[in-house]
Amino acid sequence: MATDVRTQAPATSAVAVSDLWAGYDGEPALEGVSFELPQGSLVGLAGPNGSGKSTLLKAVLGLVRPWRGRIELFGDRIDAVRQRVGYAPQAELVDWDFPATVGDVVMMGRYGRIGLLRRPRAADREAVGRALAQVGLESLAERQIGELSGGQQRRMLIARGLAQEADLLLLDEPMVGLDATTQHALLALFEALRGQGKTLLVATHDLSCVAACFDLALLLNRRLVAFGAPGEVFKPEILNEAFAEHLLLIPTEGGVFVGHHGHG
Amino acid sequence: MADVWAWFADPLEFEFMRRALLAVALVGIVSAVVGAFVVVRGMAFIGDALAHSSFAGVAAAFALGASIYLGAIVAAVATALGIAYISQRARLRFDTAIGVLFAGAFALGIVIVSRQDNYTVDLFSFMFGNVLGVSWNDLALMAAIGALVVGLIAVFYKELLFIAYDSTVATAAGIPTRPLEYGLLALIALSTVVALQAVGIVLVIAMLVTPAATAGLLVRRLHHVIFLGVAVALVSAVVGLYVSYHASVASGASIVLVATALFAVALLLAPRRGVVARWRVDRARRNDLAKALP
Repeated sequence: MATDVRTQAPATSAVAVSDLWAGYDGEPALEGVSFELPQGSLVGLAGPNGSGKSTLLKAVLGLVRPWRGRIELFGDRIDAVRQRVGYAPQAELVDWDFPATVGDVVMMGRYGRIGLLRRPRAADREAVGRALAQVGLESLAERQIGELSGGQQRRMLIARGLAQEADLLLLDEPMVGLDATTQHALLALFEALRGQGKTLLVATHDLSCVAACFDLALLLNRRLVAFGAPGEVFKPEILNEAFAEHLLLIPTEGGVFVGHHGHG
Repeated sequence: MADVWAWFADPLEFEFMRRALLAVALVGIVSAVVGAFVVVRGMAFIGDALAHSSFAGVAAAFALGASIYLGAIVAAVATALGIAYISQRARLRFDTAIGVLFAGAFALGIVIVSRQDNYTVDLFSFMFGNVLGVSWNDLALMAAIGALVVGLIAVFYKELLFIAYDSTVATAAGIPTRPLEYGLLALIALSTVVALQAVGIVLVIAMLVTPAATAGLLVRRLHHVIFLGVAVALVSAVVGLYVSYHASVASGASIVLVATALFAVALLLAPRRGVVARWRVDRARRNDLAKALP
């Protein structure tokens, strides 16, 4: 049984998932997952490696077809609201040697709206400029993507979603490999975007980050282990269930020390 | 000075040389445009496979007395779509699907040829290229296919760019990724057919990959890679053809060697990605480090 520790149901959901089953080659990666994300929330999607975080994001995006269950975004099917949903893949999966500038990649966020057989117009270039300014990369539009730092890479991938004018942003492991200062700057950006009414669903295995800064935590281990405010989700018995062999739990004065075995 | 002029002008007195120049220029343009996508997506093996598999079509058309170009087009496009279909349906690795189909198609071509009595000259010109044998009809057909290929890439450029960079995100953003990926494979197949007679099946891959790879070392946006790749291909094609005329060597191989030489120069001297530039950066870093240490 999933432990649902939410206090109240949201009025209009950015994401509503019910009884979602999905997987690859007959192997389930998600088993009966259900949850609703209110609009304007900053949600951490946590779980050990292989817990189905990426599969969940891909199912929400319509890239993985569910075996069973329903997914609604803003009360509609993904195909009807595709332009309102932005996606930033794991930075390690992106080809940073590709011949493109930061501006080129962010402009790709406009392509779906522009449509086939049409060229970008002034309004599209303005949207790219605004997106770059929002993430603080306006001076790097002409920079080759291979020359970006880790933090700049994540910002560029988020800016592409912003150029798309997405209201829901799905970010896959944006914190991996960043130093603490860069992580904090990225979290400040997340909070600023939430302030504009955007909904962010952020996959991460950094629990301390979710605990400190996110509105909601979604703990996944194929099944939905727990969902709610981080303070209520991150309890030893719940974390033990999610991370079984992956996590180190050390009770300390007034709390629990959370750490990974190995490099998680 | 007069000698240099004569070196360029004399061969042009022959109509077969004028036709050959047009043919290699055409091949250079089409191959470099398509080749930019082949290089950034790491599909060199596919280009080679499609060229080889077109041999089955060439041999079948030859045996049946049909148009050799038509045979090559059918075989190459069918192989391209077969590769895409098998790798998606059977969940095979892409290079495995390519290896199976390309070897099978090439073997089919050899079987057909081995049943023929009088094949050697014409078919050898397809294996190793014989640009001097290109007729005006061949040239018109090459130009028509080439215009179709370059035109379709221009029309769908922004989608092809997005898919080449990240097809998963492109799909999520509502780009019709699958039809465009099939389409790109078909265009690669057509461009190998354009290059067949000029450089030969064995060397088509060099026209696809080498100019675009050279440009990729020097510029940093995909459309710049395409334009500079076309320039590199044109220089290679024209210089290579002249060298082959004056030195009496095979034209396709001569063109490919000029392109290879240009690539080697770029690899050595490219401003940031070249061997020399990287060596200098490394040396500067080592020196800074040495100074910083007591």
